[in-house]
Amino acid sequence: MDPVIETHDLTKRYGPALAVDRLTFTVRPGCVTGFLGPNGAGKSTTLRMIIGLNTPTGGSVTVQGTRFRDHPRGLRHVGALLDASDVHGGRSAAAHLGVLARTNAIPLRRVAEVLDEVGLADAARRRIGGFSLGMRQRLGIAAALLGDPPVLLFDEPLNGLDPEGVRWIRGLFRRLAAEGRTVLVSSHLMSEMENTADRLIVIGRGRLIADEPLSAFAARGTGAGVRVRTPDVPALARAVTAAGAAARPDGQDALLVTGLSKDRIGDLAFEHGLRLHELVVNSASLESAFMELTADSVEYPAGDQR
Amino acid sequence: MTALDSASAIAPAERPPVQGPPPHARDLLAGEWFKLWSMRSMRWGFLLAAVGVVVLNFDAALADVQNWSQYPAAMRAQFRPFGSFGDVFTNNAGITELLVAGTLGAMTLVGEYASGLARVTFAAVPDRRALMAAKIAVLTAVMLGFGVVVTGTSFWLGQAVLAGKHVGISITQAGIWQGLAAAALLPTVSALVGLGLAAVIRHSAATIVATVTVLLLIPNFMTDHHHWSACLYHATPFRAFQVLYQLTPTQANPNLQYPAHPGGEWWVYLLWPLVSAVLALVLVDRRDL
Repeated sequence: MDPVIETHDLTKRYGPALAVDRLTFTVRPGCVTGFLGPNGAGKSTTLRMIIGLNTPTGGSVTVQGTRFRDHPRGLRHVGALLDASDVHGGRSAAAHLGVLARTNAIPLRRVAEVLDEVGLADAARRRIGGFSLGMRQRLGIAAALLGDPPVLLFDEPLNGLDPEGVRWIRGLFRRLAAEGRTVLVSSHLMSEMENTADRLIVIGRGRLIADEPLSAFAARGTGAGVRVRTPDVPALARAVTAAGAAARPDGQDALLVTGLSKDRIGDLAFEHGLRLHELVVNSASLESAFMELTADSVEYPAGDQR
Repeated sequence: MTALDSASAIAPAERPPVQGPPPHARDLLAGEWFKLWSMRSMRWGFLLAAVGVVVLNFDAALADVQNWSQYPAAMRAQFRPFGSFGDVFTNNAGITELLVAGTLGAMTLVGEYASGLARVTFAAVPDRRALMAAKIAVLTAVMLGFGVVVTGTSFWLGQAVLAGKHVGISITQAGIWQGLAAAALLPTVSALVGLGLAAVIRHSAATIVATVTVLLLIPNFMTDHHHWSACLYHATPFRAFQVLYQLTPTQANPNLQYPAHPGGEWWVYLLWPLVSAVLALVLVDRRDL
């Protein structure tokens, strides 16, 4: 399937600071793409350049082959939630969406439809000023859905949502992708992406670090693999290495094995008559892969690292 | 990982290209109109400002009627038409309109920039210039309506009161239209100046300070005594309004070395909003959000 969002050497410079540095990637339809990076990595700047709010210093970005700003009206082409606080507190939720619908000649019944979809139907007539952050996120998502667009951008959409909201939003992204839409979701937390995205675009200090399926990304981390606890570490190490896997000690009585599945390691131990006390897939692998890859590109590290 | 499995299992449907209706300026006008009126504070702002200005003008006429018996005979004899016309729209009413309309005009734009709503607005309408043109058109229309209604009501109420002393003037009074037009245009001029400053500054507090400074403080600091000062003074919209709000033909004050002339003041009065609008239209397309 053809790529929908394409950036080529996309660059944004603010004075001496390089916010986005020759970024080239593509986003394809039909799956949820996670856009990941530490704080200040240039995610929001990139999203703003995609929808023409910021002009690139160099390079180009197109959506479905067109510069977004060349569309007279935008909501039918790209729906975006950039910042849930980008609203005027004095308007009601219905009025906020009503303004947007009118400018794009979208039938006003869509306002009630999307408010219903995000669970804000009861709050439609209430002033946005009194909304919680979670409600504002839902309103922002409603605005993005208003024009039924084929491309959707969400900047940190999970901020401020309760667990029920997080589950709902993951289901929503999945459904939007299954409908053939292009869904790009940014986050600075790997854990948020773990159950949300199919592909990952990882950036750090404005540069592309990775652009690959989530599973490939997870395999990069040194923490990836299966953790096996056994009283006879050397024997197990010999057994799994002989089967083609890599193993390294993980503490006193455990091994971290990569290249073999959990079941296969269990079978091997059985065949060699080895006792196992623990056999578990290392679930922190995504987070550690992310941390390791972006360690060099954290903009504001805590402590005295630099 | 279940997320991956389910995604690869679903074959996404091919989405047809987007087919929206052709863009119309009337959609943007409708949006901007609704944006203005869906805000309770704006509706109250216009209502209170209208009542305030009318009361200020009404009060001037009322004061003249109440103090009538104390006025010297010569003053009473000359009250009509100049005094009667002065009561239609007082200087204090002008200052009030200047501040209220200037602030409301600035807020219609700077409110969007300051709240971040501008990002949502311009993502919905990438043709920023068309949107700004619609905003200017709606603001101009609303402020013109406001100016005409407030000036008309002030005229009618004030002259009805003055009629009690038989010094009311009618709308057919000779030379009345320049002054009434200037009064009716004052909210539009002020609002567009506020909007223009908002387009340049884009920061709430600084925009309001700049609007008050340009519309009210600078003309208040300047005098007719020196050439440079007189030039600056006459170039402000408020001074232009004061010069234009007279029965025509106007008489220049013989005591002034550098008097202002209505012909030039009309240029000042109309160029301020025009330049402000052009500035807003040019800048909106050139800056990041």
